[in-house]
Amino acid sequence: MDYAIVVALEMVRAVAWLVLLAAGLAIIFGMMRVINFAHGEFLMLGGYTVVVSTGAGVNEWVAILLLAPLVVGLFGVVVERLVIRQLYGRMLDSLLATWGLSMLMIGGVTLIFGNTVQGVATPFGGVRIGTYQMPIYNFVLIFFAAAILLAVWAVLKFTRAGLIARATMQNPNMAETLGIRTTLVYMATFGIGSAVTGLAGGLLAPVTGVVPAMGASLVGQSFITVITGGAAVITGTLSSATILGTISQGTTFWAGPVYGDAALLVVALILLRILPQGITGRIFKRAL
Amino acid sequence: MEKSLTRDPGFWIMVSIGLALMILGPILIDMFTIMQITQYVVLSVFALSLAYIWGFGGILSFGQAAFFGLGAYTFAVSSIGMGDTTVPLLLSFAVPAAFGVALGYFMFYGKLSDVYLGVVTMVVTLIFWKLANHTAGPEYSIAGVRLGGFNGIPSIPTINIPGQPDAWLDPAQLFRFFMAVLVIVYVALRILIASDFGRISIGIRENEVRASLLGYDIRRHKVIVFAIGSGIAGLSGAMWATYQSFIDPNAFSMEMSAKALIWVMAGGVGTLLGPILGVIGLQWLTLQMGMVDFLNSLVVLGAIMMVLVLALPKGLVPTFKSLAVAGWTLWRRGRGVGGRVKKVASDD
Repeated sequence: MDYAIVVALEMVRAVAWLVLLAAGLAIIFGMMRVINFAHGEFLMLGGYTVVVSTGAGVNEWVAILLLAPLVVGLFGVVVERLVIRQLYGRMLDSLLATWGLSMLMIGGVTLIFGNTVQGVATPFGGVRIGTYQMPIYNFVLIFFAAAILLAVWAVLKFTRAGLIARATMQNPNMAETLGIRTTLVYMATFGIGSAVTGLAGGLLAPVTGVVPAMGASLVGQSFITVITGGAAVITGTLSSATILGTISQGTTFWAGPVYGDAALLVVALILLRILPQGITGRIFKRAL
Repeated sequence: MEKSLTRDPGFWIMVSIGLALMILGPILIDMFTIMQITQYVVLSVFALSLAYIWGFGGILSFGQAAFFGLGAYTFAVSSIGMGDTTVPLLLSFAVPAAFGVALGYFMFYGKLSDVYLGVVTMVVTLIFWKLANHTAGPEYSIAGVRLGGFNGIPSIPTINIPGQPDAWLDPAQLFRFFMAVLVIVYVALRILIASDFGRISIGIRENEVRASLLGYDIRRHKVIVFAIGSGIAGLSGAMWATYQSFIDPNAFSMEMSAKALIWVMAGGVGTLLGPILGVIGLQWLTLQMGMVDFLNSLVVLGAIMMVLVLALPKGLVPTFKSLAVAGWTLWRRGRGVGGRVKKVASDD
């Protein structure tokens, strides 16, 4: 019984983990159809923001919840202005450019901080479930994954900014004709997507530790989740994270973490063979 | 591609330069330099694999390193296992090509869009890299050869004369053999591109809908192109493994895929000569940059990549070509001849 609870909780945690990793990327992809290949390095930047600011004496929660999104969000706006903007309509070139950015960031951060793992203390202790021990921080991750999805949904559904965003998403030309500055919307989207990514990076930092090359081990999961989900930000992310998270976590229990990753890819490939536009390309088409 | 291959002077010039270098190189150039050039030769084959599928098949793969590494590991395991290198060299083409067919089936029959394709190829490479790093324990061995995890596989044999496992090639012979492979791959690709098959791939690259409306099965076609490119990448991986006599999971690294992309971008997509020049230029540049302390190779590669995309999207060879043409017409116009001729000629 205890074991069943632990397994179930671990699966929920795996789903939450994928949601956190993918949310920022999904916002940008859903809106602009641009995949940011430097996504892993945006996560890394969020992690380093937390490491540096806690090192300077800032409260850990302020660093995670406030500074990480702020720094990475601003960085995202700069990147959008300098790079992404030049490449609208040249989708593949934007992949290449962001990949260049990713290498530049890994190299740059290595030059500044060195190629060593920097840890952040994990807040809270553990909780006992029968004979098993589980870190309370897992529940924090689950909470924030849910909170991010809810917040994005609420903004898109109920605010004027969300309305403008949805209009631009559905038909950019029409939105432009009606007087919406789509370039501004795109800039804001990229900034917000980056900020969410920064928040995720900050939240993950206590779990993964922070290294310049940490992105490489995280982007795979983020990309797969987003493209399997398809263009709808919330439904897509949630549905694909649920499918992929449970399957990969199940495989991890059974055979080890590396095979969990491999299983993630195999399932994603099969899903994409059946649903080439992602889950929300055919099912839940009109969903957000 | 209107010109037939046999009438294209560029083709014959390239082949002659290649053959001349192959025969005269070890005689005229000292051994240390020859061994350095061997490295460029191997990487040129790798660059050609991507140059073909991207430039002449319209498939932008972000995971060429997956096939490079797969070929290298196939060669390492089978050559140590068998003791002879002839069959392993063939295997290092066949195994990655077969994997290319399998992956290509999922991607092209699923009709994934360009962006999805890029992401899937990249993720496949990442997974290979992780798996290869994970194989440290003794339980991960194929036919008695340990994969060695992040330590890699040491003491990979040098190429030997078929059937004589003890007759290893010396560095000069190895260089000649690799040059021969490069020339053969170049010639084979040129013939393939000029053939009906190649024309159809270019047609698909230009306009997929039109090609499929004309009755061509673009999915099958793309799978074949992708598999050929994968096989060539695998072959270059095997050459790399035997050249270094050592292979580790970094063969699967993102940096390797990125380098291939950068060579092709720098040289120009849609040419075969460009990527080879890209290899020579950029490897030399990285070597020089490596001596500067405060820079590391990732910063250099990343910066080059961004500059190429943003400032030189067409690559060096096509850019120089159009600059040269523009300069030539300007010069002729300055002398008062051919001004009118240019106008007619620019219609094409």
